[in-house]
Amino acid sequence: METQGKVFKYPDNVDTDVIIPARYLNTPDAKELALHCMEDIDRDYVKNVKPGDVMVAGWNFGCGSSREHAPLVIKTCGTGCVIAKSFARIFYRNAINIGLPILECEQAAEEISASDEVKVDFDTGVITDITTGKTYKAQPFPPFIQNIIKSGGLLKSLKEGENHD
Amino acid sequence: MGMTMTQKILAAHAGLDSVQAGELISANLDIVLGNDITTPVAVNEFKKAGFDRVFDKERIAIVLDHFVPNKDIKAAEQSKTCREFACSHCVSHFYDVGKMGIEHALLPEQGVVTAGDCIIGADSHTCTYGALGAFSTGVGSTDMAAGMATGKAWFKVPSAIKFNLTGKLPKNCSGKDVILTIIGMIGVDGALYKSMEFTGDGVASLSMDDRLCICNMAIEAGAKNGIFPVDAVTEEYLKGRSERKPVIYQADPDAEYEKTVDIDLSAIVPTVACPHLPENTHPASELSDIKVDQVVIGSCTNGRMEDMQAAYEILKGNKVADGVRCIIIPATMQIYRECVEKGYVTAFIDAGAVVSTPTCGPCLGGYMGILAAGERCIATTNRNFVGRMGHVDSEVYLASPQTAAASALTGVITEYKEA
Repeated sequence: METQGKVFKYPDNVDTDVIIPARYLNTPDAKELALHCMEDIDRDYVKNVKPGDVMVAGWNFGCGSSREHAPLVIKTCGTGCVIAKSFARIFYRNAINIGLPILECEQAAEEISASDEVKVDFDTGVITDITTGKTYKAQPFPPFIQNIIKSGGLLKSLKEGENHD
Repeated sequence: MGMTMTQKILAAHAGLDSVQAGELISANLDIVLGNDITTPVAVNEFKKAGFDRVFDKERIAIVLDHFVPNKDIKAAEQSKTCREFACSHCVSHFYDVGKMGIEHALLPEQGVVTAGDCIIGADSHTCTYGALGAFSTGVGSTDMAAGMATGKAWFKVPSAIKFNLTGKLPKNCSGKDVILTIIGMIGVDGALYKSMEFTGDGVASLSMDDRLCICNMAIEAGAKNGIFPVDAVTEEYLKGRSERKPVIYQADPDAEYEKTVDIDLSAIVPTVACPHLPENTHPASELSDIKVDQVVIGSCTNGRMEDMQAAYEILKGNKVADGVRCIIIPATMQIYRECVEKGYVTAFIDAGAVVSTPTCGPCLGGYMGILAAGERCIATTNRNFVGRMGHVDSEVYLASPQTAAASALTGVITEYKEA
């Protein structure tokens, strides 16, 4: 599994209130919510993002609320992957549980620039900045978490487990 | 090697003799919680995955608190989804308008959560119940759906930071000043993925409302959970309230901590977190040139009885400054009723404040106190991110009920000094 696209770069401590403001949380509809993805920090993100594009951010990405709507809108508007120096723990969990690929890689998050063309291989954790020619290696997920991702999310992995019993 | 208090609770719920930091485990859950924002997403996932029954109707809590009484048609639809799910699965802890309260004030008050529990909630402030000596953490809607279906959740066992509390708080400070001070020291990711274990001689002097407030904001330091030891204060609080028998866990004497942070409670001062991060803290006394348009006293952080009393002591017989809107929101119906009976509501109204029924409303910019561009609010809530309470160009300052009430009277950020 891989993604390739243009980089949108964000700072440290991007919180779930700017990813999807609570004023829109009166609906659980992912497509409707996705129209407002990143609205309070980057009004043009939804207009400019193309399928496969990559978000690159600093420390503690996704801090704040537990709203699963946050990784969901990032995924729904076509984002192929989020690379950050670190993720807030509930966001990290939610991304895995809903199948939004995320990678922690401090050096990549530091060095990759906005608008670079980047390729990410989720199986190996290798991140290639095609614009600069540099490659980076992110920490791969432990097998337990890889199983959730391979099954297509937590609930599907649980259902698979049930069938094996 | 010894285990921290959190690790002991997790080991017991995973059926293991011991666990260590970094280990991935599957733990049995005592309570699975959701609210009117996160439950509809969970219900959808639950149905989509083909589950048709919940693991235990007594162990699920669904609380309508974010947008109720419903703020608009869409919010009403979300509440309806929760109501129908709760009804069709006979969920025993379902709290609708008239019975509801802000979830993290309500569940401890009603005795739904207790010491020794392992709890997940699809709300980040679920970490509040660590004040009772429980392991309790926020998750997303998919985890809630999985928890409702199986009664289990996966966890990576956290390492811990020990906060050694000594001394006693000054009279113009409360738990809010303690946790804001700590977040100011360690930063918004200072405890990322970790437990914050509060211990030391100073714990005994903290009321249960202080402890609930402190654990509530552990998430604002990135923590997985915050936790207090069970002592006489906890036992007194749980007596006659807890639906299930509390189980007491203690950290091993040789438990390993990543670091120890010493906090002298007697040196705490009234503290305010300035925009736009909870770590951006300053003594309230240094912010007296900052004018406010609105004051909010309430939320899962500070809508409890002691918070209402603190506001009452300052506002009674006084007037909210001209040009300031003061909104007071008792966190549960029981607290609301007690505020009525004790005459607090009359005093608040006479002072020029408004009093709402319980809701998370303004804290997350939902309704009931939204800010316009350029407006500023001092609030006893928990987050001051960009746009949190309204317009992206508005500002939220986080403070204790005492600081917020004192500021309501002056119209500028004000350190409360006892007369």
